[in-house]
Amino acid sequence: MEKFLAISLVQDIRILFQKDWKTEMRQKTAIHGILLYVISTVFVAYLIFHQIEELTTWIALFWIVLLFASTNASIHSFKAESGKQFFYYYSLCSPQSIILSKLLFNGFLMLLIAIINWLFFSVLLGNPLEDNLAFMLVIVFGSLGFSGVLTLVSAIASKTNNNSTLTAILAFPIMLPMLLTAIKASMLVGLGFGSEEWGMYLGLMALINVVIIALAYVLFPYLWRS
Amino acid sequence: MRYWWKILASILLFYTLIGGFLIEVPRQVILYESIRNLYFHVPMWFTMIFLFLLSTINSIKNLSSGSIEHDRKAIEYVNVGIVFGILGTITGSIWAQFTWGAWWTNDVKLNGSAITMLIYLAYVILRGSMDDEQKRARISAVYNIFAFVMLIVFIGILPRMTDSLHPGNGGNPGFNNYDLDSNMKLVFYPAVIGWILLGLWISDIRLRISRLNEKLNA
Repeated sequence: MEKFLAISLVQDIRILFQKDWKTEMRQKTAIHGILLYVISTVFVAYLIFHQIEELTTWIALFWIVLLFASTNASIHSFKAESGKQFFYYYSLCSPQSIILSKLLFNGFLMLLIAIINWLFFSVLLGNPLEDNLAFMLVIVFGSLGFSGVLTLVSAIASKTNNNSTLTAILAFPIMLPMLLTAIKASMLVGLGFGSEEWGMYLGLMALINVVIIALAYVLFPYLWRS
Repeated sequence: MRYWWKILASILLFYTLIGGFLIEVPRQVILYESIRNLYFHVPMWFTMIFLFLLSTINSIKNLSSGSIEHDRKAIEYVNVGIVFGILGTITGSIWAQFTWGAWWTNDVKLNGSAITMLIYLAYVILRGSMDDEQKRARISAVYNIFAFVMLIVFIGILPRMTDSLHPGNGGNPGFNNYDLDSNMKLVFYPAVIGWILLGLWISDIRLRISRLNEKLNA
């Protein structure tokens, strides 16, 4: 029985993830909007700076653009699950599978945004990073953490009247531990320190991710039921 | 004696005020007499965290029982906690001006306290955006628990990443090492208990007002 439940959870998550992916691919409004958002922000930065040589500025700008783009991307993640369709999903699957599939989907989306962001940064503003592979790791953990906080917070905000403003207000202060660790790790990676230096911060990011995901897993059912 | 703890709170706070300003303190360079602010600045933060912890516990209870009484406690502890946070910021700011030379410095603990305030003000705003009582209780409880755990992570992690001007961080010795001599401990520990009891007392009054308001409106 236990095993059966675990399998059905994984299956549910897969199906829900595919559903989210297909809707996104069919409409493409969200992903195009976010793309345009990232590109125009980086372009504005390009018009101001032309070339960023200083690592601190580059990293600060990178994470700020990523923070706002991720927030914008996650605002509507529970649009389909609110209103009348809510009851349909409610009767079909467990809240755990919903939150985990959303988390994965948003994490994937944010990783995509981060990579595109990095690409445009490299093309327009230059790439001062010493260790690209390690930075990729930082981005993966960072996007997952952003997705964790933003998914739960947008679920909270979707239950209220003014969804979009509230997501930002609620999420930004909670995202700071993740953001500051990510920035610290990026600085060490960018300066070309060895893995014994940035490894600790990467481990810390993994730890924060585990805490966020565990909290989302435990708390989301209460939101879902209300 | 239902009120023993209120009497205890009054005695301890009067003792803090009188003893805090009169009892001999060690003379430290830069700090001098401003060291007495320890009895006021530090207990404010202890009280704030204690009240936020109580609020989180009540939010957990609310999720498991669904009772509005727990939700009422959760919000009132947060309200009083925010006031203590503001007082802690003000006393800290004055202390900083006379020892570090600036009202606000870019210090981890200062930033941490600012973020704490932001989180709990966001909690109050979140509550304001919903009308239905049960729904508001449940949803804000979820945010409260999530925010508190992230706050603990933040306070636990961040000070270890950067230097701080506060004692015990960034090469500065902790207060326990030499500053907090037996004379100061004599006032400091009662002060902490006194301020925490005062925080509970104010919360208690606010809770009773809130209950009466509900009865009046019902």
